[in-house]
Amino acid sequence: MPIFFEKKQLVTPGEMLAEGDYLPGENTYVQEGKIYAQRIGLVDADNKKVNVVALRAFYVPKMGDIIIGTVLEVGFNGWTVDIKSPYTALLRASDVLSRPFKPQNDELSAVLNAGDLIVAKIASYDRAHDPQLTVGEPGLGKITRGQILHVTPTKIPRVIGRKGSMISMIKQETGCQIILGLNGVVLVTGKTLEEEELAITAIKKIEDESHTSGLTDRITQLLKENKVKVEENKNE
Amino acid sequence: MSSLVTRVKLKQIEQLIEKGKRLDDRGLHDYRPIKIEQGLIERAEGSARVFLGKTEVLCGVKVETGEPFPDTPNDGVMTVNAELVPLASPNFEPGPPGEDSVELARVVDRGIRESHAIDTEKLCIEPGKKVFVVFVDVYVLNHDGNLIDASALAAMSALMNTKMPNYEIKDGELKMKQGYTPLPMKSHPVTVTMGKISNNLIVDPWIEEEQVMDSRISLAINEDNNICAIQKGGSGYFTPQQILEASKIAQEKSAEIRKKFNW
Amino acid sequence: MNEKTEKLIDKKGIRLDGRKADELRPLKLQVGILSNADGSAYIEHGKNKILAAAFGPREMHPKHLSQPDKMVLRCRYHMAPFSVQERKSPAPSRREVELSKVIKECLEPALFLELYPRTGVDVYIEVLQADGGTRCASITAAALAIADAGVPMRDLVVGCAAGKIDDTVVLDLYDAEDKLGAADVPVAYMPSLNAVTLLQMDGILTPDEFEKAMNMAIDGCKKIYEMQKEALKTKYMVVKEEGEE
Repeated sequence: MPIFFEKKQLVTPGEMLAEGDYLPGENTYVQEGKIYAQRIGLVDADNKKVNVVALRAFYVPKMGDIIIGTVLEVGFNGWTVDIKSPYTALLRASDVLSRPFKPQNDELSAVLNAGDLIVAKIASYDRAHDPQLTVGEPGLGKITRGQILHVTPTKIPRVIGRKGSMISMIKQETGCQIILGLNGVVLVTGKTLEEEELAITAIKKIEDESHTSGLTDRITQLLKENKVKVEENKNE
Repeated sequence: MSSLVTRVKLKQIEQLIEKGKRLDDRGLHDYRPIKIEQGLIERAEGSARVFLGKTEVLCGVKVETGEPFPDTPNDGVMTVNAELVPLASPNFEPGPPGEDSVELARVVDRGIRESHAIDTEKLCIEPGKKVFVVFVDVYVLNHDGNLIDASALAAMSALMNTKMPNYEIKDGELKMKQGYTPLPMKSHPVTVTMGKISNNLIVDPWIEEEQVMDSRISLAINEDNNICAIQKGGSGYFTPQQILEASKIAQEKSAEIRKKFNW
Repeated sequence: MNEKTEKLIDKKGIRLDGRKADELRPLKLQVGILSNADGSAYIEHGKNKILAAAFGPREMHPKHLSQPDKMVLRCRYHMAPFSVQERKSPAPSRREVELSKVIKECLEPALFLELYPRTGVDVYIEVLQADGGTRCASITAAALAIADAGVPMRDLVVGCAAGKIDDTVVLDLYDAEDKLGAADVPVAYMPSLNAVTLLQMDGILTPDEFEKAMNMAIDGCKKIYEMQKEALKTKYMVVKEEGEE
C-alpha cells in the first residue's frame, strides 16, 4: 500500500500523501481512497495514521483547554473575550462574581474591563454556540503582570515538550512563571526583565525550529549561556 | 411562506436524478415547455415575453441614437441590463443590481455580442459621430429556475421583434422619416444551461433542482454549432470530461430550439 | 470596421511578444508579504501585478450574513484606478462585480465550509497593474493567500487562460491578444482533484477548438501549480540547523 512522502516532508494543501490502507489524521482528508494534506505542514505516519503538523493554523476551541484571552467588550451580563480564534468567547458575570448578580448594582467594568488579559478555561463549546469561559478555578483570572507572546497553536506541544520536560527546563533556568495558553498565547512572568526576555527568546526559538532535531540541546545551551549573562547583570 | 426546499424533498430530487428521472417527469436533457410572445409592449421598439415552465421573463428593447465607442467608430452600440424584479421571487429585494443580476446581464450580453447576432455595422448612421444604440432590458417577472436561458431567449426574441426608425441626413442634420426597418440580425445564438446533481448533467434546472445542484454551466451556441460564450456558476466543480459532455448536449439542444422556433 | 491587418502570430508560430503558441508569460509569486492580513500573496504574471489578502475565519459582520451551518466566503476583485491604460473609476464596475462572484465561486470548492459554521473568510484582490488574464492571476494569488492564512483546503486553486488569435489556439493571452483575438477561455483548476472550478469563454470557437483551448489552459494551470507550491514552501522553508553553519 503506497505512501507518497518522506518522514517530515514539507507538504502543501492538496498534495497526495497516501493511498489505500491508511487513516487520515490531523490536517488530512480522504477522497476516493486517497489521503491528501489540508494545510501546509510536515507530514508523518504514526502506524497507519497519516498526520500533518501544520506550520500555519488557527486555534479551534476545545472543552477543558486553558487559554489566555483579551477582554473585548463589557456587556450586560458578562464579557466578550478575544481568544485568537474564529469564534469570540463569552465569560458570564455569574461565573466571576461569587454572589448573585444584580445588573443595576454591579458595575461589571470595575471587575474586568476592555483590554484586560485573563487566563480562563473553555467551559463549553459546540458548533452552534460560541465558546463559554470559566475563571472559577485556582490559577485562572485576571493577569496583572508579565509579558505576552504569540506562538502558532500547533507548536505549543513542542514548547511543552515530552512530559513537560522542555517547559520545566525553561521555567527552572529562567526562574519565570510561564502559562501556556493552548490558543497560542503565552504569559511569561519573571522577577526581572532579563529573565522574562530569556524565556521569551527560548520559546520563540522553539517555535522557529520546532521541526528540527537537536533542539532540546540547543535550547539547553541557549539557557545556560544566557543565564550566566543574566547573573552577571544582576551582580553589577 | 419561505421558498426554502425541505431536506426531504432535496434528497428525493437527488435520488430520482440518480435513476435518470426528474420530479416533473422530464428526461435529464429535456426543457420545460417554452412559450414565446413578441411585440406586447408597443412603446418599446421591440419586446418579447418568454415562459420557460413557470419562469417568466419579459424583455424590452429601446433604440436610440448616440455616439459610437471611440475604438469602434463604425459600429452601433448594444447594452444589456437585467432586473431581478422583487415580485418575481421572495428572495429578490429592491435596490441596486446585485451580483446575480449583473452576472445574468453580462452572460446574456456575451452570447449576443460574441456571436455578432446584431449586425452592428448596419447600425452606423454617421461614422464616428452617430450610431443607433440598442438598449436591451431583461425583466425577470417570475423565478422558477433557469433565468439565464429564459432571459437569453427573451432577449433574442425581443431583438428579432425590434424595428429601427428610418432616417435621412438633410443638411448635415439627422431627421427621422416615416417607417421602420427590422433590426439587422446576423446570427441567432441559443444559450443552454445545465446543472450538475450527483454527477449528472440536467438541462434547464427548475428552481428546486437549483437548490440541490452544486454548480451550473451555460453555453451559447450559434447556428454553425460554434460556441460563443461559456459561463460556469455555483460553488461546485466540473471535470474536463463533464465540460465536453455539456458542450455536446448544448449543441443538440440549441439546434432543437432553433428548429422549434424557426430561427 | 476596425481592420487590423497586422498578424498576432507569424508563420513561424511566434507571437508579437516573442512567445510560442504554448508558452506562458514569466511568473513571480510571493507568499506572506502583508503583515496585517491572516494570509497574503503577490503575483506578477507578465505585466500583471496583483495583491491578494485573506482574513479569517472570523465572525462575520453584519452577523445576519453568516450561515448557521457553514463558513461563508466573500471575495472582492478590484482594479486600482491606475492599473489600466485609461484611468478607471475606483467605484466597482459591473465587470468587477461579476468577476468577484465567479472568483468566489471558483475558490469555494477548495474549502471545507462545514468545518467552521457562523464564520466568514474575506478575500481581497487588488489589481495594481493589468495586462490581460487578471482574473486567472488573481485566483492563483488568492488561493495562496487562503493557504497562508492556515485555512484548510482540498487543494490549491490555480488560474490560467487560453484562447485563439488569428487561427491558432494559444496559451495565456495578454491584453492586446485578448482584445484583438478571436476567443478567450479563462480556467481555474484544482489539479489533485481534476476539478475545473472556473470556466468562462467569450469569442467564437468550434467545439474542437474549445476542447483544445480548455486542455491547453489546464496544462498551463498544472505548470503554474508547481510554482504555487514552491512559493508556499519557500515561505515555510526548513531552517538550516545551526550546527551546519
